[in-house]
Amino acid sequence: MSDTSSSPTKTGSECCCKGSSRRGFFLTLGVGLNVVAGSLLAVPILGYVLSSFRRQAPGQWISLGPVGQFPSGTTRLATYRNPVHRPWDGKTADIPCWVRSIDGSKFQVFAINCAHLGCPVRWFEQSRLFLCPCHGGAYYEDGSRASGPPPRGLFEYAYKVEKGALWVKGGFIPTLARPLSDA
Amino acid sequence: MLRQLQQIAQWFDDRLHLTKLFASTAGHRVPKSSGSWFYVFGSGTMLCLMLQLVTGTCLAFVYVPSADEAYTTLEYLTYEQPLGWYLRALHYWGSNFMLGIMSLHMAQVFLFGAYKYPRELTWITGVLLLFVTLGLAFTGQVMRFDQDAYWGLGIGTAIMGRVPVIGADLVNLMLAGPIIAGETLSRFFTLHVFILPGTILALIGVHLRLVLTKGINEYPKPGVPVQRETYVEEYEKLVEKEGVAFVPGAISKDLYFSAFVMFAIATCAAVFGPKGPEGVPDPTYIQTAPQPDFFFLWVYSVAALLPPYTETVVLLVGPAVGVLALLALPFISNTGEKSARRRPVAVLTVLVAFLGLGLLTWAGLTSPWSPHMQAWTSDPTPAAFVKGRSPLELQGALVLQNKQCRNCHALDGVGGHRGPDLSTVATRLTRDQLVRQVIQGGGNMPAYGKNLSPAEVDALVAFMMTLHPANELPARDATLSARRSP
Repeated sequence: MSDTSSSPTKTGSECCCKGSSRRGFFLTLGVGLNVVAGSLLAVPILGYVLSSFRRQAPGQWISLGPVGQFPSGTTRLATYRNPVHRPWDGKTADIPCWVRSIDGSKFQVFAINCAHLGCPVRWFEQSRLFLCPCHGGAYYEDGSRASGPPPRGLFEYAYKVEKGALWVKGGFIPTLARPLSDA
Repeated sequence: MLRQLQQIAQWFDDRLHLTKLFASTAGHRVPKSSGSWFYVFGSGTMLCLMLQLVTGTCLAFVYVPSADEAYTTLEYLTYEQPLGWYLRALHYWGSNFMLGIMSLHMAQVFLFGAYKYPRELTWITGVLLLFVTLGLAFTGQVMRFDQDAYWGLGIGTAIMGRVPVIGADLVNLMLAGPIIAGETLSRFFTLHVFILPGTILALIGVHLRLVLTKGINEYPKPGVPVQRETYVEEYEKLVEKEGVAFVPGAISKDLYFSAFVMFAIATCAAVFGPKGPEGVPDPTYIQTAPQPDFFFLWVYSVAALLPPYTETVVLLVGPAVGVLALLALPFISNTGEKSARRRPVAVLTVLVAFLGLGLLTWAGLTSPWSPHMQAWTSDPTPAAFVKGRSPLELQGALVLQNKQCRNCHALDGVGGHRGPDLSTVATRLTRDQLVRQVIQGGGNMPAYGKNLSPAEVDALVAFMMTLHPANELPARDATLSARRSP
């Protein structure tokens, strides 16, 4: 099999070296045309596939609803529809976050994702801790790291209170490379 | 009639050269010694792949790779589509068997020195096949788009996010957007169904081609080292002298093993059924404790057991070093002894690797580092621990229960195992040490100073001071007692 496939290329290369510059020219031209046309096709294909590689637009302000939902001294789960979503996302575009109301006007809003490996942390009112079910990361009520494997505290959203509603700045899953403070 | 059939067969053979093709492939001569039980794992792995292609294609008839619909179609497949549950089970068990048999194959070729000269490229394509298969296993886990799949992607995202400089871009590339959503599933579907199967078939083509060009490894004899100058000649002589055609001379054990594997997959699928799907992938439902599939449990364990400051380096550099080591192996150990009887380090490597992966998997199954999130409400304080206690101590037992201590600390083995079992804690820590540990935390325990009133700490420590066996006194401060009883 390998013999038959290697022999034509051999004779072909012999041809273009031994004079017959006309045939050699057309061979080169043929190869060149295919390279140009191929690149012309490859560039948009790669652009299409890699389009999400480029960093997305910065975070957006998202409403979590009326401030009254978060009474002073409580930490409650809130959810929002991610500002960037597709019609076929279903439930996956509904993102939860923890809202800590310090005194009804000052807040802390934490991402649900543990800073260790992104699992959903749960709030325990009685011991005032966030616990992660995966590897046992623990955080205090102000989001700072208490114990376990997380390398930092919980990711925290920037927030504002406007028109009686609580707004947070986000829209992407926070990671160590891009925490919510980059929003 | 028979003659006519023969003529038809000859007509096809004349056009397709099937006899020649057979003679140069399945009928090629192999050393007689390769017809051994140790040589059945390669064909076994390929059989599993074929089965995966068939069952996977069947599942694709029904499955819809949409974040909105995937879960519904999985439930439809499992509960309504006739035999859908069985096809899902076959695909799931087929993947487990494929990875398992592939591991055995890899261990065998390593122990038999098959990666040495002149079969370096055979080993390298094999290593690439392993990684593509692991890629298929991970993307396949995502196809079962449930809570485990969603949070499994979250873990992948978090690991990607630890890559320096381009971490954030890699996250976007992996998720095809800023969050785990519809486009993420489409992306993993394309990988699982088109890109990786295509790659695996191409690699198998090269892998098998190399088995034909460079021959299958002869059963190694101790004391017969590979020498670059003479090996090929000796191998050719061996094949000529005592070689047999692979079909039918050396294939029978492969056939028995194939049948066994198919019986085993069919039985496991029928008895144990498919896995999941476990819970709608709704991120707002956070009462979930995601766990990866069996073959990634060891990664889950590694992530839990490593000291936090080493984690990023080990998670990112570790795989790269592993890949490089596997790819470099045939060049580092290119010649010399092949027989495992003369290669104690190789035997030890395989033992350590299998034991290590096995123990980490076991640790992943039991995952003692995960808090039991419901222990404080579901596991009552054992009666023996409250019998005959004073009101203050009983109040302390309540604190222990209500402040979720049990989520990490077991009493009499029941509860979380993240922290030490408290059944006999009084024999290990003095009263002052208990107070300090509760208030300041430390050693992987949060500080409770701000979250417990002094009265609660008092009661809690009073209760814990009673946690010692009847015939063993609680721990005392040696310096204090020395001063008191001169």
